[in-house]
Amino acid sequence: MMKNAVECRDVVVIRGDREVLHGVDFDLRAGSVTGLLGPSGCGKTTLIRAIVGLQAKVTGDVQVLGLPAGAAKLRGRIGYVTQEPSVYFDLTVTENLRFFAAVLGVDSADVDRVIDAVDLRSHAHERVDRLSGGQQSRASLAAALLGDPELLVLDEPTVGLDPVLRRDLWELFHRLAEAGATLLVSSHVMDEASRCDRLLLMRDGVLLADDSPQALLDSAGTVDMEQAFLTLIDRKAGAR
Amino acid sequence: MRLRVTFAVAARVLAQLRRDHRTVAMLIVLPALLVSLMWWMFTDSPNTFDRVGGPLLAVFPAIIMFIVTSVATLRERSTGTLSRLFTMPMGKLDFLLGYALAFALIAVVQAAVVVTIALYALDLDIRGDAWQLGVVAVLDGVLGTALGLFASAFAATEFQAVQMMPAVMIPQLLLCGLLVPRDQLPGVLEAVSDVLPLSYAVDAVGGVAAGNGFGEGAGTDALVVTVFILAALALGAATLKRRTA
Repeated sequence: MMKNAVECRDVVVIRGDREVLHGVDFDLRAGSVTGLLGPSGCGKTTLIRAIVGLQAKVTGDVQVLGLPAGAAKLRGRIGYVTQEPSVYFDLTVTENLRFFAAVLGVDSADVDRVIDAVDLRSHAHERVDRLSGGQQSRASLAAALLGDPELLVLDEPTVGLDPVLRRDLWELFHRLAEAGATLLVSSHVMDEASRCDRLLLMRDGVLLADDSPQALLDSAGTVDMEQAFLTLIDRKAGAR
Repeated sequence: MRLRVTFAVAARVLAQLRRDHRTVAMLIVLPALLVSLMWWMFTDSPNTFDRVGGPLLAVFPAIIMFIVTSVATLRERSTGTLSRLFTMPMGKLDFLLGYALAFALIAVVQAAVVVTIALYALDLDIRGDAWQLGVVAVLDGVLGTALGLFASAFAATEFQAVQMMPAVMIPQLLLCGLLVPRDQLPGVLEAVSDVLPLSYAVDAVGGVAAGNGFGEGAGTDALVVTVFILAALALGAATLKRRTA
């Protein structure tokens, strides 16, 4: 088994005539849960799209599971959850999952497994547009779990969920990691940071920190992640 | 190319259409209603209806399919489902072929309805075989689908996609021989009409109506329409981008 599931070296992304990622370097250790934290608009989604191979104009090196990002052989080995629920709203949860299972070529028994994993059993036969926002994003997450992908890239999967569900989902993420999957979970909510094995703090298209949550708090001399983030920003500004 | 994926996409598109009664009604009933309207307009000159009625069986299905399918891939792009599918083992052509297959099945029903009504309720007089008229009507519906999918891959937003209709279909409608026989067009326009797919769609229907069966010319036109369908799908697949800004 490889040591790192993702390796990014000097990743630069240009959108339109603006550079939105300015040379990002980091590794994702296989079997870990990494949080990608930063304010809205800092480049989290762009970085995620570069990793799953959907972002245009990426320079630098993005290696995913030992292959260049976007390689045909990676398709089906990565589970990707976009920020907005990417499922068909006019189909039921089960119909959606059966379709994606067919595209992936995985057994339809897997559909039942992922429905239970995201706790949507009682809504399995409801149309997605009749579900609440939180249920819709769980349906979208379920689709990404099909076929046990080795890498899961989740763009703000816990937005708008109640605290109990958020806790349950983080427990699910850790169970998946223990089973060998690697997870990258973006969030703009700092209090989710403590749930990660490792944190990437991002601002304005650069990584401010790449460390464990405890090490980050220690180096900033605080117990509050929001405060640690601010301290790091001030230090960067001071260093310039 | 993976047939499994193509069939999965087609089945899913049909499942979505099954929930969308208005679109299905639009696809199946509208061409027949429009042909009936033309019949009514020409009620005092049945010969005129016999002349334009055939070509209309090509034009209406093609245009209606074009409009519906031109927003199809854009819808998938805006909801993020296309992004998800592109991280899965799904070829761009598999995806478009799935849509084409689903709408081809709709085109079969559409053609059956419009041809039956035109021939037996509106007394459209043709010399050729009814089944051949049906086959070319299906092909013309699929042509509209393929052109719509191509336009859809080309447009960046749904707003741009609906603007493709006047840009792509109306010039073809004007030059296809329905308003002015193609050989009476100014030389340049006739040459242009020679490379437009709808011209061949109309020629195929016209040929069957005039009694030239598939063995005598109409078959060649139908074959040209088929080539345009495949080319539009291939170009659409080439235009669809996995990586976007």
